[in-house]
Amino acid sequence: MAEFRMPILGADMKAGKLVAWRKQPGDQVHRGDIIADVETDKAVIEVEAFVDGVLERTLVEPGETVPVGTILAIIRLEGEPALAEMPAGPPVEAGAPTVAPHPTVPVQPPVRLRVPEAGGVRISPLARNLAAKLGVDLATVTGTGPGGRIQQRDIEQASAAMARRASAAPSEEVADRQMRMRQAIAAAMARSHRDIPHFHLFTTIDMSRALAWLAKENETRSVADRLLYAILLIKAVACALREVPELNAVWEDDRVSLKPDIHVGVAIVLREGGLVAPALHLTDRQGLGDLMRDFRDVVQRARAGSLRSSELSDPTITITNLGELGVEAVFGLIYPPQVALVGFGKIVERPWSVDGQIVSRPLVTATLAADHRALDGFRGSVFLATIDRLLQEPDKL
Amino acid sequence: MKRMTYREAVRSALREALQNDPRVFIMGEDVGRYGGYYAVTHGLLEEFGPERVRDTPLSEAAYVGAGIGAAVNGMRPIVEVTTINFSLLALDQILNSAATIRYMSGGQINIPLVVRMATGAGRQLAAQHSHSLEGWYAHIPGISVLTPATVADGRGLLLAALNEPDPVFIFEHATLYPLEGEVDEDAGPAKIGEATVRRTGNHVTLVTYGGSLGKTMEAAGQLADEGIEAEVIDLRSLRPLDTATILASVEKTHRAVVVDEAWRTGSFAAEVGAQIMEGGFDLLDWPVQRVCSAEVPMPYAKHMEDAALPQASTIVQVVKEMFQ
Amino acid sequence: MTTEHASLRRPERDHALALLGEMLRIRRFEDKAAELYQAGKIRGFLHLYDGEEAVAVGAMQSIAADDSIVSTYREHGHALVRGLPLDCLMAEMYGKANGCSRGRGGSMHFFDASRRFYGGHGIVGSGLPFAVGLAMADKLRDEKHVTACLFGDGAVAEGIFHESLNLAALWKLPVLFLCENNLYAMGTGIERALSETDIALKARSYAIPAEAVDGMDVLAVEASARRAADAVRQGKGPVFLEARTYRFRGHSMADPQLYRGKEEVAEWMKRDPITNFEERLRDWGFLSDSDVRDMEGSISAEIDAAVAFAEAGPWEPVEDLTRYVTSR
Repeated sequence: MAEFRMPILGADMKAGKLVAWRKQPGDQVHRGDIIADVETDKAVIEVEAFVDGVLERTLVEPGETVPVGTILAIIRLEGEPALAEMPAGPPVEAGAPTVAPHPTVPVQPPVRLRVPEAGGVRISPLARNLAAKLGVDLATVTGTGPGGRIQQRDIEQASAAMARRASAAPSEEVADRQMRMRQAIAAAMARSHRDIPHFHLFTTIDMSRALAWLAKENETRSVADRLLYAILLIKAVACALREVPELNAVWEDDRVSLKPDIHVGVAIVLREGGLVAPALHLTDRQGLGDLMRDFRDVVQRARAGSLRSSELSDPTITITNLGELGVEAVFGLIYPPQVALVGFGKIVERPWSVDGQIVSRPLVTATLAADHRALDGFRGSVFLATIDRLLQEPDKL
Repeated sequence: MKRMTYREAVRSALREALQNDPRVFIMGEDVGRYGGYYAVTHGLLEEFGPERVRDTPLSEAAYVGAGIGAAVNGMRPIVEVTTINFSLLALDQILNSAATIRYMSGGQINIPLVVRMATGAGRQLAAQHSHSLEGWYAHIPGISVLTPATVADGRGLLLAALNEPDPVFIFEHATLYPLEGEVDEDAGPAKIGEATVRRTGNHVTLVTYGGSLGKTMEAAGQLADEGIEAEVIDLRSLRPLDTATILASVEKTHRAVVVDEAWRTGSFAAEVGAQIMEGGFDLLDWPVQRVCSAEVPMPYAKHMEDAALPQASTIVQVVKEMFQ
Repeated sequence: MTTEHASLRRPERDHALALLGEMLRIRRFEDKAAELYQAGKIRGFLHLYDGEEAVAVGAMQSIAADDSIVSTYREHGHALVRGLPLDCLMAEMYGKANGCSRGRGGSMHFFDASRRFYGGHGIVGSGLPFAVGLAMADKLRDEKHVTACLFGDGAVAEGIFHESLNLAALWKLPVLFLCENNLYAMGTGIERALSETDIALKARSYAIPAEAVDGMDVLAVEASARRAADAVRQGKGPVFLEARTYRFRGHSMADPQLYRGKEEVAEWMKRDPITNFEERLRDWGFLSDSDVRDMEGSISAEIDAAVAFAEAGPWEPVEDLTRYVTSR
């Protein structure tokens, strides 16, 4: 038997339509005879037989389109018996045994997909690798290339800045802070000097009673709770303000406004230079122990740079105590909009007249710088005298 | 060492070949009696006779094809197609025969053919006589494409071509013929497939070939005055292409510019750029730039032609923008 | 035309049988190729030579072993007569590595350097300058060879035809230009393509001696080709032969032949070079039925063996894809 299959009649033919049978079952077929008409994309083509025999059976009807290689008819070759039944014939893919092997060596290297992370930083490949190597966080880098593209030099600069910060971090940051603070102080002091008509008063206070009391008091306290003598000064000032409220005021809008609450600001010198004067709130109402704790906390936070801005703007008066540094009297400048600055110098042992006798007493000079717009010398004097009086009865503070 | 012009250097190689190898003959339009359109073959007819220095009719396809047949049959023809502009008439022979027959025959046949052509613009010859199509030829597997840019290479690369078993196409930029330079007449053939660093520098790599080398070197000089040190690479052959030399330079400089007199779109510069990107992506701090001809048919008026072609000033400007 | 003259001359019996056998071998090979193409074993383009056998067989008698041959994509007949092994040609059409071109070319690109058979050119006319070059090399070395350049009527319209004839004549190169004019360039008949359809006349205009010959008569072709080759071999310059013939099949396997009528084909088939020559051999008493059977039998066996050779042949390894692009 010979199978007549749908032929390939053109380079890219995949299927063809049987248009007509030119031989009928039972007809003699000779090699070269036209056996069928097949329609391709281009045209109808006469298809020849390549065997001699008899057309036994046709398996595809005219009008049917079938893939190339499909058996269309069976031709009985000379000498063969007739067929009893229809053969089952799935279309053999034309040329199947002669299909070339799949390439074992890929012509192109396989593509490995690597989905890039979202982020969309514009950066040159070189810079990206450099950033990874140096541990530079791209989010902190500004690119100087076109469209803000990050380049090698941007990474290098960022890395150098990182190194500088790491190695000399305090001085760098602190220098910045210092400068800012200096500028702020400068502005305030210039304004103070310019706007406030200062007058200065001083008095000398015998601290013997206060210090004796403090020594006895501190014996009853644990080391952590011991009071500094500065606390007595602060409390005395606060209580004195109760009696001379004109000093617990601000000068704003061309007039003095008395403040209801007393918040004494304490000038704290910062280790690296500069000064802050945060408030100890409601100073007059706090017990000495609380005040001490408050004071310690404020000093620590001042030195750590973590004061709240309200603490800096709340004081109604400021005390500056330069006693530790050996200065006897402080004639300072008022922090506007406050109207007074109280200064305390060093406690010095000096001869003092008590009941006509000369004795050695620990003396401290208390100064008052006051805004003459807001108050006059008389009230200032009363204030200082009140502080003195209060410090003579330390147990009542 | 001897001082001579580029055309004299090419001529010296042709003479040496004719003298040393009886299989060599030269064939082309006006190579004989006229002395060569660019005077390269001047005097060779008188010295070697009309069989070996053969004037052809204006039949580019036929005489290039004949060169192929003669090479297959044991000769070593050097075909001079006057310019690349006329070679288009022989493109079928070049692509479908010269480049292809070895492969198509399963390796049975090789074609030791050398074809020389003048190329390029810059002499106000207008649109049909100003092409730079070396990139088209470099596209074809099966042939070599050489672009000698110096006097020494004018001689050395031709001698090398004559040793090749497969077709070699040599493109001589027409403005180079009067260029003077030093040639070592004892030096043998140059090496095909090796680019040469003509100037070293750390800041930017300038890749170029053929007629653009001069402008690129000029640009490098100007850039040096501004503190940018350019490294200039003369490709010398487009196929095979010496990518290794290019990448070694980019590894140092991280910036590359390709200078190519062809039109920018689909230019050989695009191929070089792609190879730099493929082989040196991580080295780049800036995208590869190209300086090519404007995409216009070459105009005749000088100022227009100058504007269309890459100039030293254009190269300088492009480089400077990479350093903002 | 010299047909009458040649036909009257009776050849030697062996030679006549050889001529017939060669033509039959081509015909059977082509028919087998058609069958294998339709079965999908041979792919791409297939251009068959049925009807033109007398040209290949007649012309090749005058081409010596150290002469060269350049042909076209309709080359199977030329290759077979030249002596390229039939099984290698079959394997080449299968695309196998044991094909004459390692499977690289297929039906259109047969090459055999050892037999100086130089293709196998797909672009119409592109073999002509190649032949001119081959001849040029022979002449430069003073070697008395012939380069036979075969092409069709289609090439006559290409510029390269004119350039090549001009160059060959100008330089007196030993080329035998043999135009197989089968009246059609694919689907365009010569009267629709050429302002002057006398192709031999065109050749003469290049100062090339040219003659037309009946391409369906193997003895006529043989005689003309011998005269031409002798002249070429003597170094008198190129000679041009126009063999007027006909192809019985379409241009290629996909051709529905809408451009010519069945009657025309039938008319030409009456001039089938094989059946007509066979008849003459019988008339001369050279051929019996058993001779024919023997001939067909051995051809059939050779072709079957070739199919088996091709079927069994190896595929070229893909790793060799870039081999032979260049020589290094």
